[in-house]
Amino acid sequence: MTQPLLLDLRFKADPAWLGTVRERVRSTAMGLVHDARWVADVVLAVNEACVNVIQHAYQGNATGEIVLRMKQAGVFLEIALLDFAPPVAIEEIQPRALEDIRPGGLGTHFIRTLMDRCEYANLAGGTGNLLRMQKRLCAPPTSTLVGNTGN
Amino acid sequence: MQHETTQQDGFVVVSLSGEVDLSAAPEVRRLILEQVTAGAATLVKLAGVTYIDSSGIACLVEGHQAAKRKGSRFGLLQISEPVLSVLALARLDKVFALYNAVPGPAGG
Repeated sequence: MTQPLLLDLRFKADPAWLGTVRERVRSTAMGLVHDARWVADVVLAVNEACVNVIQHAYQGNATGEIVLRMKQAGVFLEIALLDFAPPVAIEEIQPRALEDIRPGGLGTHFIRTLMDRCEYANLAGGTGNLLRMQKRLCAPPTSTLVGNTGN
Repeated sequence: MQHETTQQDGFVVVSLSGEVDLSAAPEVRRLILEQVTAGAATLVKLAGVTYIDSSGIACLVEGHQAAKRKGSRFGLLQISEPVLSVLALARLDKVFALYNAVPGPAGG
């Protein structure tokens, strides 16, 4: 049986939206798991995914749109992030080596570390990209993220 | 994101508070590089930062690298728990000079 969406949000690819998106993701995740660390992991992963779309898929064009959907899929929280930008080269979505200290390149590392599964796809029709991420409910923490994560 | 720039014991202290994300990053970058490129010994105070993402971390790394090139001191002061968590996730917690208080006078 298909699980109902816990969150279905459409917003502009504008950095000014990020605070609102984090707040919605935080409250949705808290409804599933009452663990501040688990919730902080999810919030940061979604934030970083949005940042990647804003910077790399839309290349700063704030009129582009992003769709964020969250649902429970068995023992996982499943998050889908869609954009309608030109297709990105999926093979080029790689984190930088952490020993290579320089600004940028950390978002993909954060996503892969914090989530249990993530996969990228180009949408059919030649426009748009999809990132699907999953995080196990109540899994052992994957990071040291703790404490106040916003507001 | 709120900010304040003060001076203490020869350091310029750039204090940030609130959420440091992609929307705040251009301003944070400007605040830090303005001091570092002028050759000031610079501390970024992060006690009041409740959230930081990779964009905010990139500003700190850029300040660190600019200070290195300039030969001036650069460090992070009173890091909040959320910031420390993200620094650790990026394995950058051992890269920056971290201080609980303003260190001895920055003498040149």
